[in-house]
Amino acid sequence: MKICGWLTSSAVAAGLVGATPGGNEAPSGALRPRPGLHLHLPTVIQYDPNPIGRERVKAAIVIFPGTNRERDMAIALRGATGQRPAMVWHQETVLPPVDLVVIPGGFSHGDYLRCGAMAAQSPVMPAIRAFAARGGHVLGVCNGFQILTEAGLLPGALLRNAGLRFVSQDCFLRVERADTAFTRHYQRGQVFRAPLAHGDGNYFADPETLNALEAEGRVAFRYATPDGAVTLQSNPNGSIDSIAGIYSENFRVLGLMPHPEDLVDPLMGGTDGKPLFEGVAAALAA
Amino acid sequence: MTQPITAALARQFGLNDAEYDRVLAILGRTPTLTELGIFSVMWSEHCSYKSSRVHLRELPTKAPWVIHGPGENAGVVDIGDGLAAIFKMESHNHPSFIEPYQGAATGVGGILRDVFTMGARPIANLNALRFGRPENPVTRRVVDGVVRGIGGYGNCVGVPTVGGEVNFHAAYDGNPLVNAMTVGIARTDAIFLSAAAGIGNPVVYVGSKTGRDGIHGATMASAEFDANSDEKRPTVQVGDPFTEKLLIEACLELMATDAIVAIQDMGAAGLTSSSVEMAGKGGVGIELDLDAVPQREAAMTAYEMMLSESQERMLMVLKPERQAMAQKIFEKWELDFAVIGHLTDTGRIVVRHRGELQADIELAPLADQAPLYSRPYTEPVKAAPLALPADPVGILPALETLIGCPDLCSRAWIWNQYDTTVGGQTVRRPGTADAAIVRLEDTDKALALTTDCTPRYCAADPETGGAQAVAEAWRNITATGATPLAVTDNLNFGNPEKPAIMGQIVAAIRGMAASCRALDFPVVSGNVSLYNETQGTAILPTPAIGGLGVIEPASRAVGLAPAAGHELVLLGETRGHLGRSLWLREIIGQEVGAPPPVDLAAERRTGDFVRGRIAAGAIAACHDVSDGGLLVAVAEMALGGHVGVTLLPAPDDIAPHAFWFGEDQARYIAATGDASGLLAQAAASGIPARRMGRASGDHLTLADGATISLSRLRERHESFFAAWMNP
Repeated sequence: MKICGWLTSSAVAAGLVGATPGGNEAPSGALRPRPGLHLHLPTVIQYDPNPIGRERVKAAIVIFPGTNRERDMAIALRGATGQRPAMVWHQETVLPPVDLVVIPGGFSHGDYLRCGAMAAQSPVMPAIRAFAARGGHVLGVCNGFQILTEAGLLPGALLRNAGLRFVSQDCFLRVERADTAFTRHYQRGQVFRAPLAHGDGNYFADPETLNALEAEGRVAFRYATPDGAVTLQSNPNGSIDSIAGIYSENFRVLGLMPHPEDLVDPLMGGTDGKPLFEGVAAALAA
Repeated sequence: MTQPITAALARQFGLNDAEYDRVLAILGRTPTLTELGIFSVMWSEHCSYKSSRVHLRELPTKAPWVIHGPGENAGVVDIGDGLAAIFKMESHNHPSFIEPYQGAATGVGGILRDVFTMGARPIANLNALRFGRPENPVTRRVVDGVVRGIGGYGNCVGVPTVGGEVNFHAAYDGNPLVNAMTVGIARTDAIFLSAAAGIGNPVVYVGSKTGRDGIHGATMASAEFDANSDEKRPTVQVGDPFTEKLLIEACLELMATDAIVAIQDMGAAGLTSSSVEMAGKGGVGIELDLDAVPQREAAMTAYEMMLSESQERMLMVLKPERQAMAQKIFEKWELDFAVIGHLTDTGRIVVRHRGELQADIELAPLADQAPLYSRPYTEPVKAAPLALPADPVGILPALETLIGCPDLCSRAWIWNQYDTTVGGQTVRRPGTADAAIVRLEDTDKALALTTDCTPRYCAADPETGGAQAVAEAWRNITATGATPLAVTDNLNFGNPEKPAIMGQIVAAIRGMAASCRALDFPVVSGNVSLYNETQGTAILPTPAIGGLGVIEPASRAVGLAPAAGHELVLLGETRGHLGRSLWLREIIGQEVGAPPPVDLAAERRTGDFVRGRIAAGAIAACHDVSDGGLLVAVAEMALGGHVGVTLLPAPDDIAPHAFWFGEDQARYIAATGDASGLLAQAAASGIPARRMGRASGDHLTLADGATISLSRLRERHESFFAAWMNP
């Protein structure tokens, strides 16, 4: 089985693949998000492609009580940036001088109340908001994605999985645009594999928000088949429009449910997640 | 509460009249209610091992690589480079029947604490589960609750659940088994023990507050169930994995300093067993002031606090000069931290509450004079060998039935609810190799982990079954290329006061001991769960084994999936033993005959050969032959590798169904690119070997042309759980 590769042209022809986020054509067929929607996409910041100078990228991982994938994330970041990320406790009110802030997976505050709700009120959050407002890059994975939505840094919400069970399995993610800091080392339409492990990953947003996300090309990844088809079966948790990850308006804040950080080493079964971290490192080192 | 303390009350607490007389003799007076509670839990089967202790001594527990064997919170083995693997398996059977979710969840929580209390970061969880018949209406609810509970706890604390085993049998209808195993890693020079020391040193309570949950859980776990067991639900504890996660991080942070003198988790029998055992092991006294215990409920009595099994609590003895620093760490993690007493030189446990003396017991006799029973037993009658039955269905139809039956079908429905990858070190996930492979962060070393037992063999012949359980664990580790190092055991049996049950225990331990010795696979930790009976019916004898091995470099570990072009070679001798096989049960509908004999010399010889060939790079994938026999093993490899297999003819001197479905032990199927080379090496080493066929295409095809598509096989293999759970 080919796991990480290019989309076939037949998939495009069959209308299974969305339009280029950078282009102006509306997606066709099964993926059409809203009838009659006219996509107008903002210009995305162009990064210097020079990959040299990775060691200059400084990343911080924010840790809440109950965070549990900080070690996985540290390994992925260290591999991509060449240096250990700073670990920031949620009680801190000032972030170290960094280029990238990462909120990793886990069960912050036990997922009690509502996933991410209490973490969104943590002392560190104003600093993260300010960092994002200054144009800083923020990555939230799994519980980190939930926290970012609860904090209002990303729109929508993550509900209980449609099957009402915790889901832990590999999924396939289709890259919806390859011109952001996070996806520049993938190709648009490329499908990569990532483990997922969550009970509340069912992305939901109201029609207005969804329209805006689609119109602005802010859907980062969709759950897909290994061939890149977005089907009912390829959606593991009931997410609306198979959305697995989304960007902020300036494309510098990314939230996604699956765990690319757990697939960055051939020994663990693959390196499909590596381009995400290498891409962001290269973008920020430029 | 002024309750008259009598022999009748003691009986309600699980102490028989002779045991109560001994309590009176030790104290020289009538106990207080709190003291009676302390004696009853410390002398319960669960805490004292009073029925099994004399027999457990037969198990080998030593090897040059064993750092700590049984007697500590968990077993510790040296895995080289200054690192130790710390592991144990423990049952939570009784609570899991009464309240499946919380019973299983707190089982995971308890075994995690046993491991991190020794200074280890937990890196993997496994489990061994036995449930009743799927057609029993209760079973689905129990399976669902147990799986959710294990996932709910393990996923939240961020420890991957990487392996396990599941069986279904009518004998577990009213008494499921939930055995949970945790493996952790520590530096060999930073292992924490429980023996208290330093007169005057503070005794510190950390973690969750104490409530009334789980009072007398240890006593409940030492009695049979009756029709009213549902009423015991309040004795089941409630788990809070979030607090456990904080407790892990806080303890490991504190353990990086020199503050801790001794530490023990508050597991079964809570504050009582932790304080009594820590002081007892250290040969000191301990004085507790229960007013200082963080409490979740109002007006708790001394008796309730001493007996509570509230979860996520630890007891520590600290160096006094480090107390303030330690307190800061626990405050950072938002956990309770309370000095609740100090060590004394009296050799007694003294408990005060609201200014009143509630207990004052000399510790030595509480331990030394604990009941120890050499219970009468009858040697099990071994089942008679089976005459070869005729094959009523043919080979491929039998395979279709077997590969889809509850005991052999895919467990993906279960492990897809467990986080298997958190930590980023899972080299081989469930279903991809005979043992889970988990790398140690920042090293090139990995552990191979498995849980095994075949209760239907144990029922027919407990001694052979005990030996087989150990051998299969050893074989599963070997099949990945790893070197087996040690085991933890979880002995689940019925009522030991019945001589026939006691006979099962004695024989199973004898078989285990022989196997452990022959395979250099010592027992370093374990747990005994007795009285697994409901309304007089016992479970199958189930001595579950948790095995641990090590492999370096981690990249050398092989999975079970062949690639197209590989040839399959069978290593080990096939006689076609169908007694107690799954073929016999699923196709003929009988559970009879003797189990396959375990030839430990052949086991050792074949396994050592396989491991050597994997190390040499001559074997690309490997799978042991166990439940369901040869053809089931081939089918599992084909499904795992997404590749068909074309098989060569069966030999002439064995009936085809006995050849394909017999469960002879000490066998492996190796996938290799150089079958001739492997066969030559096997011949040179005196290992029976046989060319089986070639991996290619998308069908499983017998030599006579009979064939089945992989997609059909997969559909059969993967349909049971989904159909059962979503009718």
